[in-house]
Amino acid sequence: MAKKVSGGMKAKRITLDVVTYVFLVVMCLIWLIPFFWLVMQSFRDGKGQFISTFLPTAYTLNNYKALFTEFDVMNFPRMFMNTFFIACCTCVISTFFVLSVSYCTSRLKWKMRKPYMNMAMVLNLFPGFMSMVAVYFILKALGMTEGNKIPLAMIICFSAGSGTGFYVMKGYMDTIPKSMDEAASMDGCTHWQIFTKITLPLCKPMIVYQVITSFMGPWVDFVFAKVIARTNSQYFTVSIGLWSMLEKEYVDTWFVRFCAGAVLVSIPIAILFMVTQKFYQEAMGGAVKG
Amino acid sequence: MSNALTKAAASRNRAAEPYSLFSALRGGGPVVWLSCLIMGLGNILGGQIVLGLIYLAIEVGIIRFLVSAGGGIYWISMLPSLGWREQEKVFNEETFVYEYVAGDQSQLILLYGIASLCVVGLLVLVWQSSVRSGYKALCLKKEGKHVPNFRQSLKSLLDENVHKLLMFPPTACLAVFTVLPLLYMMSMAFTNYSKEGDHLVLFDWVGLDNFIAIFDSTSTIGKQFGSVLTWTLIWAFFATFLNFFLGTIVAMIINRKSIRFKGLWRGCLSMTIAVPQFVSLMVVRSMLQPEGIINRMLLNAGLISERLPFLTDATWARVLVIIVNLWVGIPYTIMQVTGILQNIPAEQYEAATIDGANVFQIFFNITLPYMLFVLTPYIITQFTGNINNFNVIYLLTRGEPMGVGNSAGDTDLLITWLYKLSVDQQKYNLAAVIGIFTFVVLSIVSLITYRSSGSYKDEEGFK
Repeated sequence: MAKKVSGGMKAKRITLDVVTYVFLVVMCLIWLIPFFWLVMQSFRDGKGQFISTFLPTAYTLNNYKALFTEFDVMNFPRMFMNTFFIACCTCVISTFFVLSVSYCTSRLKWKMRKPYMNMAMVLNLFPGFMSMVAVYFILKALGMTEGNKIPLAMIICFSAGSGTGFYVMKGYMDTIPKSMDEAASMDGCTHWQIFTKITLPLCKPMIVYQVITSFMGPWVDFVFAKVIARTNSQYFTVSIGLWSMLEKEYVDTWFVRFCAGAVLVSIPIAILFMVTQKFYQEAMGGAVKG
Repeated sequence: MSNALTKAAASRNRAAEPYSLFSALRGGGPVVWLSCLIMGLGNILGGQIVLGLIYLAIEVGIIRFLVSAGGGIYWISMLPSLGWREQEKVFNEETFVYEYVAGDQSQLILLYGIASLCVVGLLVLVWQSSVRSGYKALCLKKEGKHVPNFRQSLKSLLDENVHKLLMFPPTACLAVFTVLPLLYMMSMAFTNYSKEGDHLVLFDWVGLDNFIAIFDSTSTIGKQFGSVLTWTLIWAFFATFLNFFLGTIVAMIINRKSIRFKGLWRGCLSMTIAVPQFVSLMVVRSMLQPEGIINRMLLNAGLISERLPFLTDATWARVLVIIVNLWVGIPYTIMQVTGILQNIPAEQYEAATIDGANVFQIFFNITLPYMLFVLTPYIITQFTGNINNFNVIYLLTRGEPMGVGNSAGDTDLLITWLYKLSVDQQKYNLAAVIGIFTFVVLSIVSLITYRSSGSYKDEEGFK
């Protein structure tokens, strides 16, 4: 990086530092410019996807207002509520599944334990989209792809497979000493009590991580939800809604509103992500310290 | 006396399964044999009346489902032919109107047939468990021991059998919504279920024809498969290794002792992880359009005289998806390697500096080998993840640019092609073949990695 050796070691180090800082600033600019542009576009007054200047020439709040007042083509608040409802149910079910499976594979001895873990690993290897159409056919055969059962179908889609995603949680539970279970067992605790009164409280940071991660799933997925909701726009989730705002027939009017909607969705998701990272790091410190 | 008891207990424990199906059939006697036909009989005679009745009810329920009209047996019997009756228009003599008579729907036959086979499998499992449980109850009764009543059996679900309670819901969901769809989809690979040749309602088994067509490098579909596969591998290679090298370098730069605000730099870079991909990538897609802001800026600045074909020319598009993937992927690498970088023993660096090694020599001879050693499993996971990287490709280019008459675009990966083939083009049979192929490749790679990884070996020590 710094080729010039000017004077002693100190001068060289300072040059190197300056170069590094410049490099980092440039990197961060590259990383942030698209988001900055997105935010600026969301305040742009006017229509159309393509404009001739980087920054808008006129600013307005109407794009945000339109998302919450104009419902004839896209009902953004309803999409938001749909996604929120689906995400809440999904996160309860998946967290319960993941915790059950992790506890059983980490703490208990049972005959099918190893086969189950191998099966989960194999299932994880199948590309998720491979069975997507088949899942749709199955839900259709169960009569769950019409009308108000669509949200239920989405909840199933997002949470049914979570029984295979237990590796991180299991790894965490493995760090809890077995002697704690044994001690509780001596004191007359049943396995269920050990699970609810000892293991779960010790896993708190990891549970928070798991809850938020599965809560975010429905917000960021657009493929599964799109296959199930098809054209039933009243059951759209936020991501399908935003996606369809950029379809050819809408993009001219809706591009700036897409930007506004994207900002509104991204902020909470980004904050939640930061929270998960905090808890994840805390969790990686180990379950029982000392 | 107590010594003899413990010995007996030990010997019973040594026999792998005291009440296995085999021992039940051999040593059970007429009641157990009869309970093979009437499930739950053993339990009822052994004193576990409620449990026995539940087994019996399950048996009656399943058998009723199987033998009823339009039930399981019917669907299984239709599986070999997959149906042949077309929808017909029949003139109704009484009402003088044409009426439609529903024909067979191969897709439903296949689904219900496979589901019915699964139900038969379930019946076998329940049957096995009922015979064993009945045998156990009878044995306990004969030995004059206490036979747990229904309430105690339920209670045991919260203690020594808690895994049955906890594992049931996740496993049931997996079976219905993951395993069954996979079986269903895999069986489609052996049929001609496709829009091509109008086989969307009625289709037949065609054996390995689809596999032959796809792996035949002279057929149209085979050529496309070849080019998509090549691009998928090229993409996965560059996406993985460029991300890894550049991410490591950036992480090292941020890690330098004299650099301040480390959290700030890492935070800025991780914006691309925090913001949902469908937002960030669609914004980039919009910026890269021919009319988009990047072309406009370059034109305004006079750097180019005509618009650059970012996403409309095959080579441009391919290079760009790799570059944009760096934008998304480098932060992940930074997150992954930051901790590991700090673990490299400082003495190695000191020794190298004393010997007069420069920055590059240190990087290539100390840092990189160490990182490769520690992170090989991570890199291979990334590689398989990139083969399946649906989001970046589909959101950025949707697989385009697309040649005329092709079903795959120039930037399509196997996974996006699979999606297009099944959702857009309804060539389910080809999609299924590609899915199976991807799975086989990925599972070979992953099994090798997983088997040699530390976590698997640790798991062997589980007691």
